[in-house]
Amino acid sequence: MNDLQVQSKRKFPKGLAILSALVILGLIPIVIRYIYGLGAISNLSDGRPWGLWISFDLYCGVALAAGGFTLAGVVYVFRLEKYHSVARPAVLTAFLGYTLVILALLVDLGQPWFIWHIMITPNIHSPLFEVGVCVLTYTIVLALEFSPAVFEKFNWHLPLRVIRSIQIPLVIAGVCLSTLHQSSLGSMLLMAPTYLHPLWYTPILPIMFLNSAIAVGPAMVMFESTLTGKALGHKQNHEIMEGLGKAIPWILGIYLALKLVDLLVAGEIGLIFTAYPYNINWWIEIMVGIVAPMILFNLKSIRKTDTRLFWVATLVVLGLVINRFNVSMFALAMRPGYTYVPTWMEFAISAGLVADSMLVIWLAYKLLPMMQHEPAHVAAPGAR
Amino acid sequence: MSFGVLYDSTKCIGCRGCQVACKQWNQRKGEQTTNTGSIENPPLLTSKTVTKIRFTETDYNGKFHFVFTKLQCMHCEHPACAEACPVSALQKRPDGPVTYDDSRCFGCRYCMTVCPFGIPTFDWDTPIPWIRKCTFCADRVTSGLKPACVTTCPSGALKFGDREELLVEAKARIAAEPGRYVNHIYGEKEVGGTSWLLLSPIPFDKVGLPTLPEEPVVVNVERAMSFVPPVLVGVAAIMTGVYWLAKRRETNGKKTAGKKEGAVKK
Repeated sequence: MNDLQVQSKRKFPKGLAILSALVILGLIPIVIRYIYGLGAISNLSDGRPWGLWISFDLYCGVALAAGGFTLAGVVYVFRLEKYHSVARPAVLTAFLGYTLVILALLVDLGQPWFIWHIMITPNIHSPLFEVGVCVLTYTIVLALEFSPAVFEKFNWHLPLRVIRSIQIPLVIAGVCLSTLHQSSLGSMLLMAPTYLHPLWYTPILPIMFLNSAIAVGPAMVMFESTLTGKALGHKQNHEIMEGLGKAIPWILGIYLALKLVDLLVAGEIGLIFTAYPYNINWWIEIMVGIVAPMILFNLKSIRKTDTRLFWVATLVVLGLVINRFNVSMFALAMRPGYTYVPTWMEFAISAGLVADSMLVIWLAYKLLPMMQHEPAHVAAPGAR
Repeated sequence: MSFGVLYDSTKCIGCRGCQVACKQWNQRKGEQTTNTGSIENPPLLTSKTVTKIRFTETDYNGKFHFVFTKLQCMHCEHPACAEACPVSALQKRPDGPVTYDDSRCFGCRYCMTVCPFGIPTFDWDTPIPWIRKCTFCADRVTSGLKPACVTTCPSGALKFGDREELLVEAKARIAAEPGRYVNHIYGEKEVGGTSWLLLSPIPFDKVGLPTLPEEPVVVNVERAMSFVPPVLVGVAAIMTGVYWLAKRRETNGKKTAGKKEGAVKK
């Protein structure tokens, strides 16, 4: 993540050079894939048809973009104006997250040029259909939600007025679409009861997915805004960081309770001690992503400084990544006779896509009004 | 009426004529393999080999057994792949076959991830790949022919017919010679039943077939997906309500801000 330490005094900062190099490195395997097929660049096989790209780019990417709908909802629907200044960066991050998902699918899908078939011959019972349609429409919604930043920059009054007039319906649509597809990513795994380990498989997997996405949304906003703040030399708003840090333990608490009660009801709670080696994954996930942040966010000494809050938010993000990798890779059994270790090219494509997003975020902060659009009445409830 | 095929392992002679016939009818290429120490070849199902005979050498009841098992799509009664496919490329026909439509598929491989038998395969080595699996020779069945593998089978190990009648026959065979078979028709109840049925002299987990529950794997998904419309309406309604309340509090707060400080907070 040090890549982002951009120094604005240089002509072409080192961080940007590294990011650009990653982007180019990520393009090479894509060319090979379109000549020799997926087998030439990846270790994916009939036994492990979904690998690093689905686990990281789709499962983690979509969940980590949850800051877009949680913050937009908090600011525009619940009208907590205190968080206004991070709403726009959160929406941009979410938009880039979803763009990343779509770009990753261009590599991962066998025939991405036929993806529009999902509209022509849909199977409305498929959770993947729901994810596909929601991701597509939500990406458009996010683009519209972010578009005022561009219109403000160029002083285009008419489109600005149009977008402002539909802003609330857009945000509500965004919340609905996110609720549906964040949970549907869990429903997708419901289809694999014989493959997914019982520590994770449960009929309420969709609710777990939604809950953990809502928890990681604010954490990701803390994580991302601290990094961009460091890279571009902004001052972090401590009140926002502390407020988000106070909210997250509540959401994580519900998540932890769901997980434990679910295992108790299913009579599988003993597995957390006996199901070696999977229980190790489970414990790491629970400790890093749920228990530790719940305790740490409640410590006064942690809440005092932004740097400490940032590191605890990082734990929440890490915990979610571990969870998504557990359910979609480590605890998801392969067909017998196969093994899977991702190739460097699989990593290169994912890293290249992340670098793409970071470059766009950097450009956006340089060129567009990202923070300074606070409305006049911001002082009303927040000032108290 | 729903068709099925009964594979009787004890009648199979391991000639693999079915493998060859399948390749001929479905125009699947041969593949280069390496010596695995067994005459079983190729070692795994691939997009070029959608059916194969597995050879198993094992002990059962203190006796040595050399057992053949035909692997191919089982054509489930409640297929997970068809439920999963977002573009309806995979579909269960009322007469039995689970078919695959090339012109719809865009290669998401969700069907491969969810198949409880681990059957669908993918063209990993071509820039324009498709999913491949046994289609029950649906084109032949439509024209009143038997699947290519059944037609070619010289020993009578494969029998094509009505699934219910085949079940009756399988039970009769087990009853007639209980020592010859294990008392289990693989595919009768597995994940809600399959069109293809297997008989074996040793338990099916010993020949590497997965042990599966009787409940179709699509049950939890169907329940979860049935919540989608109410959740959509519910979340939209709640969000609109919250917005309306928050907005009203905001305007009220502004109006009364001069008189009552408390109104802003509550």
